[in-house]
Amino acid sequence: MVWVKAGCSGPAGFFTLYLGFMKLASRINRLSPYIFLAPAVMIMGGASLYPVLFSIRLSLYDWSLGTDWATREFIGLENYLRIFTDPSVFTSLGVTLTFAAAVLVAELVLGIILALLVEQGVRGLSVFRTIFILPMMIAPVVVGLIWRYLYDTRFGLINYYLQKIGVEPQLWLASPDLALPAIIIADIWQWTPFIFIIILAGLQSLPSSAIEAARVDGCSTFQIIWNIKIPLLLPVITVALLLRLIDAFRVLEVIFIMTFGGPGLSTEVLSLHIYKTAFLSQRLGMASAISNFLLVVILILSVVLLIVANPAKTERSAE
Amino acid sequence: MGDGTMKGGKLGDNKWMVIHYLVLLLMCFFLLAPIFVMFQTSFKVETQIFSVPPVWIFFPTIQNYTDVLVMDRFSRYLTNSLIVGVVSTIFTLTFGGMAAYALVRFKFMGRGVISITTLLLRMLPPAVLAVPVFVIWSDWNLIDKRTGLILVYVAMNLPFTIWILYGFIAQIPKELEEAAVIDGCNPYQVFFRVVLPLIRPGLAAAAIFTFRIAWNEFILSLVLTNRFTRTLPVATSLFLTDHGIQWGKIMAMGTLIALPPLIFTFIAARQIITGLTAGAVKG
Repeated sequence: MVWVKAGCSGPAGFFTLYLGFMKLASRINRLSPYIFLAPAVMIMGGASLYPVLFSIRLSLYDWSLGTDWATREFIGLENYLRIFTDPSVFTSLGVTLTFAAAVLVAELVLGIILALLVEQGVRGLSVFRTIFILPMMIAPVVVGLIWRYLYDTRFGLINYYLQKIGVEPQLWLASPDLALPAIIIADIWQWTPFIFIIILAGLQSLPSSAIEAARVDGCSTFQIIWNIKIPLLLPVITVALLLRLIDAFRVLEVIFIMTFGGPGLSTEVLSLHIYKTAFLSQRLGMASAISNFLLVVILILSVVLLIVANPAKTERSAE
Repeated sequence: MGDGTMKGGKLGDNKWMVIHYLVLLLMCFFLLAPIFVMFQTSFKVETQIFSVPPVWIFFPTIQNYTDVLVMDRFSRYLTNSLIVGVVSTIFTLTFGGMAAYALVRFKFMGRGVISITTLLLRMLPPAVLAVPVFVIWSDWNLIDKRTGLILVYVAMNLPFTIWILYGFIAQIPKELEEAAVIDGCNPYQVFFRVVLPLIRPGLAAAAIFTFRIAWNEFILSLVLTNRFTRTLPVATSLFLTDHGIQWGKIMAMGTLIALPPLIFTFIAARQIITGLTAGAVKG
């Protein structure tokens, strides 16, 4: 493993090593696949695999940000034990899971219904599709800004138009009960089109013969959707869900801008909790332990999702 | 696509067409309204921004934009964002293309391994990466430098780029490369002169994705840069204070950040959709 050695001598080491390889390889063609792979493998090794491994090591220490590396104290698994005794980590986990479950269900249901409604006539769809992907392209920070402005209690448009239709103005982001739903709505706004586009593409690739046959046999539109289209779409739905599940656990920026985890801990997802533990409380070892805990949670949920939804089918659709 | 009349059945074709367009138009409205509000607010003066009921018709001012662009730091952050975005895109595409080529032509790993690596790395939340990378970069003297940020972005984007380009390279007929070899090209010349020009559509899709992620990314940039090297999203977030937010300027900054990705969308919607849905549907 080349990158491990190079990793110790820093980035300059990568480069010299690589140049050396280049010279060697121009003589020996048999080495060329390794030369072609080397830069990608070294960078991924140095800037994502090595940090993940390092984070496991870091989680075994009690070490504060800004102090010398030598002052760290080896405490074994104590950081992990603290996770299970610290209520704030579990509150965060609860917020994260609630957020993930809510956006997944809402976006899936909405996305499928909208795709089924639109599927019948697809003329001019490419123009609409361009519009639908716009929210996803915008930086999460900007999405946070837009919604923070819309939810403002004094001059926000949401309260103003709710009042027009007779709903009491709400505190939204300042309310412990409504802050999380408000953020969930912003996520639904940004990501429902993603599910919609995937499901629509899936619907258009369904074999029309099966659907025609069912119609000839006198099945109602609802029966066709429920008994034929949805089961055939299952692999596509699974992958869409998996991608959204992973993204839901990455969400941080929008919340950082809209509420910064507040009020109280009501919107503090684990990603944000990790950031605060590391860079505000300055407990780097603890932050690493929570990071690894989060990774395990994501891995378990992904594996469960893949097992529940027949992995063989998923594999075929990914090809 | 385009065979809508074939599907809907005989009865109720018109009804379905009405529902179809109604749904599409409603979706457009809900998706575009918030973006439009940002855009519109960036052209308002303070009194119009804070007025209740909201002002919809007004004489636009470009004061917010001139204020933002005149701030000397803003141009620095804009430069940082451009450098980080462009450089990480170039490196990701070059190294990603090379790796994908090796994986297609020299068969030691299949597409399965790449897609699993892509998925695993995609699972890695940036916040999780931020802590160890911060410590390691401090040690390697990469902290607070654009180089350090670029390195992380390249690493983050490589798996996806390799995955996308793998598909494109696999479609190139081997005979083309063999002909180039017979003409006296070495493997590097074959790659840069024959393969790369042939996978231009794939490179375009990967480039848009990489640039967008580097341009939009926030948390790693927040942690790994200082007041000289930070990028636009971080600079904008620091402009938010608890009291007395200058919404006009903030929305102008937001619009400026959102503009390049939105422009790309209109130029290359097809490639973007291919990238977004890669893995879910055969694209």
